[in-house]
Amino acid sequence: MKPARKQRLLVVVFIVVIASLVVGLLTYALRENINLFYTPSQVAAGEAPTNTQIRVGGMVVVDSLQRASDSLDSSFLVSDGSATLLIHYSGILPDLFAEDEAAVATGALGDGGVFVAQQVLAKHDEEYTPPEVADAMQQAIDKKAKAAADNTTRPIESKTPNTPAAAY
Amino acid sequence: MWQWFHKLGSPRWFYDISGKFLPWLALASVVLIVTGVVWGLAFAPQDARQGNSFRIIYIHVPASFLALAGYYVMAAAGAVGMIWKMKLADMVMIAAAPLGAALTFIALFTGAIWGKPTWGTYWIWDARITSMLVLLFLYIGIIALSRSFSTRETSARACAILALVGTVNIPIIYKSVDWWYTLHQPATIKLTGAPSMHPDMFKPLLVMILGFYCFYALVLLLNTRTEILQRERRTNWVKELAAGK
Repeated sequence: MKPARKQRLLVVVFIVVIASLVVGLLTYALRENINLFYTPSQVAAGEAPTNTQIRVGGMVVVDSLQRASDSLDSSFLVSDGSATLLIHYSGILPDLFAEDEAAVATGALGDGGVFVAQQVLAKHDEEYTPPEVADAMQQAIDKKAKAAADNTTRPIESKTPNTPAAAY
Repeated sequence: MWQWFHKLGSPRWFYDISGKFLPWLALASVVLIVTGVVWGLAFAPQDARQGNSFRIIYIHVPASFLALAGYYVMAAAGAVGMIWKMKLADMVMIAAAPLGAALTFIALFTGAIWGKPTWGTYWIWDARITSMLVLLFLYIGIIALSRSFSTRETSARACAILALVGTVNIPIIYKSVDWWYTLHQPATIKLTGAPSMHPDMFKPLLVMILGFYCFYALVLLLNTRTEILQRERRTNWVKELAAGK
């Protein structure tokens, strides 16, 4: 390679490296602000500000969704595996909102540790399955759970039944 | 090897050779895209949770792939043009910008249409979507920059520098869903490991991605050829070409 070209090649490398460095440091400094939402653990640890608009996200806990019979009010728990947070919401939940699926809520955290949401969004995962396959998988899970339940009800091991839902 | 490389620098040679590829690329993209669309929209099973709305993936994902890959094509052409002072590379860079902008717009637009029934909102300022919007502005910036200088050489250098600086954004877009909490889900198609998608749904997606690659190559060649003719319009070979036909 001719010296002039070599020098221009160095300029190109320099531009890319410097730009990466600048943007890398910038995003590193702003990393907490780039996150779209706080997790229930962060809220429990007091990292989330109270009485100001924030977002929280997590998995909707199974059997935690309660809807009022005379209004659009609803409440549910979100969890990230180690902590849970109670969310109150008044409005229509998105079609894909469901228990054991992820959701992101926009609103404010009150002093009592209850989150009042103005907007609730459903977060979809990266899995795509046809309905028949999903049914077959669900049946296999149910079968396994039933077999486990049968095992635990045997007279020898008659302890409290341990269902997967109790893991939260 | 270098002789071949320098030959590529001749717009006339490139014009002749690219003309031979065009019919094959056109045929491949039509066959692949028509197959992929019919297969994906009519024959692939619907998704257990999303129903039929997931089918927008057959446009959204290939367009996003090419919007990102196309940026590297543009930046690499800019670098080659800068280092070797190759006019053809500058023309490829200019030709790639509007194509990339269109694909980025399609990715954002189809994402918004899908977001409403799935998430409950058209738009959210999460890391993936915001960085994708930055990509659209980078493409538009390069189109604008390429037209704001009186000399071609200055304009090519300015565009190449902006294109090179912008390459930082591509890994950010790609990894944003892993680095930060976002509303956008992580990648379904992984570089390592099986895709988290049923094979019946994945195969038409693969056909669409291949089809979009062929379509991208086709449109990039067509754009570059137009740019060549425009810039070389005063040369004898272009005059002969115009008179001969």
